[in-house]
Amino acid sequence: MDTTLKLKINNLPQLFAALQSRGYTTVGPTLRDEAIVYDRIDSADELPIGWTDEQAPATYRLKKRDDNAYFGFNATPQSWKRYLYPPQRKLFSIKKNGKSLELLEEKDSNVKYAFIGVRSCELNAIMVQDKVFNSNEYKDDSYNSIRKNLFIAAVNCTQAGETCFCVSMKTGPKARSSFDLALTEVLTENEHYFVVEIGSENGASIMAQVDAAAVNENEIEEADKIIRQTESTMKRSMETADLPELLSENLEHPHWDEVAKRCLTCGNCTMVCPTCFCSTVEDVTDLAGQNAERFRRWDSCFTMDFSKVAGGSFRISPKSRYRQWLTHKLSSWVEQFGTSGCVGCGRCITWCPVGIDITAEVQAIRGVETQSEGSFGQQKGV
Amino acid sequence: MSGRRRSGKPKVAVFKFASCDGCQLSLLDAEEELLGVAEAIDIAFFPEASRRMLKGPYDIGIVEGSITTPNDVEHIREIRKSCGALITIGACATAGGIQALRNWKDIKDFIRIVYTSPEYISTLDRSLPIGSFVHVDFELRGCPINKYQLIEVINAFLHKRKPNIHTHSVCVDCKLKGNVCVMVAHGTPCLGPVTQSGCGAICPAYNRGCYGCYGPMESPNTSALAGQFSELGETRRDISLAFRGFNAYAEAFRRESEAHEK
Ligand code: SF4
Ligand code: SF4
Ligand code: SF4
Ligand code: SF4
Repeated sequence: MDTTLKLKINNLPQLFAALQSRGYTTVGPTLRDEAIVYDRIDSADELPIGWTDEQAPATYRLKKRDDNAYFGFNATPQSWKRYLYPPQRKLFSIKKNGKSLELLEEKDSNVKYAFIGVRSCELNAIMVQDKVFNSNEYKDDSYNSIRKNLFIAAVNCTQAGETCFCVSMKTGPKARSSFDLALTEVLTENEHYFVVEIGSENGASIMAQVDAAAVNENEIEEADKIIRQTESTMKRSMETADLPELLSENLEHPHWDEVAKRCLTCGNCTMVCPTCFCSTVEDVTDLAGQNAERFRRWDSCFTMDFSKVAGGSFRISPKSRYRQWLTHKLSSWVEQFGTSGCVGCGRCITWCPVGIDITAEVQAIRGVETQSEGSFGQQKGV
Repeated sequence: MSGRRRSGKPKVAVFKFASCDGCQLSLLDAEEELLGVAEAIDIAFFPEASRRMLKGPYDIGIVEGSITTPNDVEHIREIRKSCGALITIGACATAGGIQALRNWKDIKDFIRIVYTSPEYISTLDRSLPIGSFVHVDFELRGCPINKYQLIEVINAFLHKRKPNIHTHSVCVDCKLKGNVCVMVAHGTPCLGPVTQSGCGAICPAYNRGCYGCYGPMESPNTSALAGQFSELGETRRDISLAFRGFNAYAEAFRRESEAHEK
């Protein structure tokens, strides 16, 4: 079988059907609450056909496109993290039987997800979380039980969002590996199709169930051209050279105080970040004291509880909390996991209620003036 | 605490000051859970629910309402003495409530307008939270409180563990829930970033901005949020009023509303 195929838009429903016939629960982008969100979708017509988003620091607007593109938008409000690493999960329960205690472990999930529309930055984020949850020393069974069954249909970005900077982070816009399929949507005056790159045996066997034709040189070139254009029109950037050192050497830079004045310590940035992995555990009991349960719940280095030890929290100032987030993402993460903790998806910029922009903060620490013209967006706040 | 107990169950009393009763009713509203609560604790004094009124001392005192009269001051001091642990519930008891709006005006003007014989009225010039007068062991926020949180607090006290009551922003819950942010996606002003968690981000789930029912979160940067509200086109008056709701007299909200008053 060829490694690259042409899938006509009218045959896209067959991909959903093929995946469902193999027991996959299909998850992909769809419209909800004036946004394009990832949710369970059962068919191709639930995709946000003809819709796009306009993003800027602290702003997201759903807009109608003037064509019928299926994937003509950029990063969604939240990432696939919700599915691989759910916001809240029961870990175990304990039951009191007379004087003895019975431990009931929570079963791992056997759900088989097929993610349709994983962007390259997000694919890289999944690989980053793989390092966190599937390292040799520490394995998170709950994550891995979902991850090992995952089918990834990536979609290469055909436009650059205002807050995207994957080119700087070398994580996009084209998916390079670790996918089962990678689709590039081509929409010309006469034709609407996907160039489908097969990335795994599983991907090949799914495509065998779908009517797809051989692809010619011109069509491949057309798809590549679109991706190159995405790359060249990406306006936001982050200078990454020596970044880990720069940050670790500037822990007392006066700019941290400036960001702290604007930062709400609300935690939105960490929640939407596709690589942030922090959680807390909470115990609950029933009133009779016969049963107890332990839950894992997403946490954020912006909460006071996060750094609470005997005697109190050690990151009280907003400055220390913002600094923890930024230096972990871009500096200590590299030490910890051998890769950056930022994939340039831009979510923390768009969904920060006051539009704090990680790229601008890095520039400020570098001592470079923040660019304010063009579409870099304004620095907001007081 | 052991000397106070009857039949091994902790004795609990529920008291009310200036308030609407909504928070106490949350306890009654917890029908399904109430049986369990009644089995675990001895509700010794709860005029809203039962005519049985046992004398103190009590192991746990639950207090609703704000302090508004000289009488209240004496009464809350007595209550404090008779209770092992004192838990205050709701915006009135923890921040002075909506009635604290009068704190910005001269109370005598109200008395003159409302009462035909003002000389009989004995009131304080401000409505204040319980914590302004006596030591409080735990403040449960909300207008009204969330009944599950109340049960959680009672439950935690019973089992001597820390209550799972978060002091971070509503935004954390909002994201956990998977809501689309109304401020970023719709341009709707939302107090979520400076408001303490507790409701489970209900309003944003219905495409409304947060009204701040649970009062200021652990590190509220109200001025930065006010700056964003003004970017969204809110007037100074809108901003002042946004912070002047059920928790108007909680310090962070009070200062921010005053900063935009004139
Ligand atoms: S730090 Fe921001 S831009 Fe980078 S991966 Fe996280 S959310 Fe995306
Ligand atoms: S940035 Fe904060 S929330 Fe994210 S992984 Fe690091 S410590 Fe955790
Ligand atoms: S950087 Fe923005 S999103 Fe993150 S905690 Fe601060 S205000 Fe919230
Ligand atoms: S809708 Fe409100 S509470 Fe939810 S994330 Fe946005 S600002 Fe926070």
